[in-house]
Amino acid sequence: MKLITAIIREEKLDEVRQALIDAEIERITVSRVSGHGQQQEIEVQRGKKVIPNLIPKVQIEIACNDAFEDITINAILRTARTGKEGAIGDGKIFVQDLRECIRIRTGERGGQAI
Amino acid sequence: MKKTHRVGRLTALAALLAIPTALWAQTPATPPAPVLDSGVTAWMLTSTTLVLLMVPGLAIFYGGLVRTKNVLGTMMHSFVSMAVVGVIWAVCGYGLSFGPNVLSGFVGWDSGLLFMKSLDEKIMTSGIPEYVFAMFQGKFAIITPALIAGAVAERISFKGWIAFISLWILLVYCPLCHWVWASDGYFFNLGAKGAIDFAGGTVVHISSGFSGLILALYLGKRLNYPKLSTSPNNLTMVLLGAGLLWVGWFGFNAGSAVGSNLDAGRALTVTQVAAATGALTWIIIEALVHGKATSLGLASGILAGLVAITPAAGVVAVPGAIALGIMASVGCYLMITLKAKLGYDDSLDAFGVHGTGGVIGAIGLTFFIRDSWWADAGTKVAGWGISDQLLVQMKAVGATILFACVMTLVLGFIVEKTVGFRLKESDEKEGLDHSLHGERGFGLNNLN
Repeated sequence: MKLITAIIREEKLDEVRQALIDAEIERITVSRVSGHGQQQEIEVQRGKKVIPNLIPKVQIEIACNDAFEDITINAILRTARTGKEGAIGDGKIFVQDLRECIRIRTGERGGQAI
Repeated sequence: MKKTHRVGRLTALAALLAIPTALWAQTPATPPAPVLDSGVTAWMLTSTTLVLLMVPGLAIFYGGLVRTKNVLGTMMHSFVSMAVVGVIWAVCGYGLSFGPNVLSGFVGWDSGLLFMKSLDEKIMTSGIPEYVFAMFQGKFAIITPALIAGAVAERISFKGWIAFISLWILLVYCPLCHWVWASDGYFFNLGAKGAIDFAGGTVVHISSGFSGLILALYLGKRLNYPKLSTSPNNLTMVLLGAGLLWVGWFGFNAGSAVGSNLDAGRALTVTQVAAATGALTWIIIEALVHGKATSLGLASGILAGLVAITPAAGVVAVPGAIALGIMASVGCYLMITLKAKLGYDDSLDAFGVHGTGGVIGAIGLTFFIRDSWWADAGTKVAGWGISDQLLVQMKAVGATILFACVMTLVLGFIVEKTVGFRLKESDEKEGLDHSLHGERGFGLNNLN
């Protein structure tokens, strides 16, 4: 089992979600996060330029069985990139091995609980 | 009945023909200068302020209904109307609306009304400075285009919106306002006592509601509508906005009496009753249909009741207000249900509430007019009855719908082809707040 965490642009959420649903990955957790990477975003507040050090992003978490790892990653890669070339600030995908997964309702464990 | 009606039309025609002379001899025939009435003026100053309060009220109401990424952009649609129309109205909008007939009565105008110059010393016969009346009317002009924004929320460019409301005010609102409320306007002189539109059923609600519907159809649905969820970001804002609108509406309706008198008291009473009845009706419908009364339903019912009583506030009494409140909520509820079936994207139900409620009020009021009004109408045209007035109301409503729809389609087309109206797909996905204004409405989720 894998835990896939993707940090993406806020405006890409709808598209990524749709692509995941189309690929039959329908169990996801979404949160608003802030952070910094390479991207610097200049905001203008009352005529004053402000470079905030924390940029809002959306984080998606998906736990899946190994067979779905590439499907999930490809769906995100395809939709979260800006244009064909991509742009700084498009985000990252982290993949971790997932040791256990337990469905609270039934107590089931492992792959079938996902 | 037909005959009496023709007589009405003839007098209106005669009035129209007499206008050119009136244009040149601008000073009214009655020489004694009106005296300022401090009581009336105080109430009209208050009403003017109350009506302006409705604009931020509407901004908060609409702002709460959209998705988080569009909250500021949506509130800006209302707020920028205060800026844009606030200037246009003072420069020429008031003159186009309330000046003496020009262009065979299509609009009003008098060169003295440019920058409201001729108002500087003027006290009206109602005892208030004309400045106060002009500013009171100016708030109506500000809120009307702001209402349209609800139909096309979450998908229009800010530039396009500013261009559209500037044109719309000059070419749709000012003519309509002139026809309905100027003493030499077309609708003001229909039938025995004119088409009844106390505070803006046709001018404000029908015109904005139907214009919104046409724009929503012309500019198309939001991306992925209705597949993706478009649930409100903040229903507490929606309730606050609806509350502010209710409060402001007392200025809107009771102020439209342009007096601190019995008419104002009647208008205030029926406004209160209709809003309450509308709200109650809507939550009862919801409780019966879904088993739960929602805050959004309550807020929608308040608005439906207020919209329907707007044209009627001068002529109906409490039973009429209750009837109109019920009819409005049932009608608007059905229209919004129908929207889901037809699939057009009137995002925040500007047409569903203002268009539908406006028509229900403007037509429905005919059946609840108080006896003294009929008696008075009878002295002007003998035997003036419900069917005569119904025809007058239907004419005014029909003409308003036709005019608003055609003009909005033309203006929408012009704006789309010149400065651009529909938002770019990437901007729509990112949200109005950041893509158009470089800001975010809610900072709470960002740790900066």
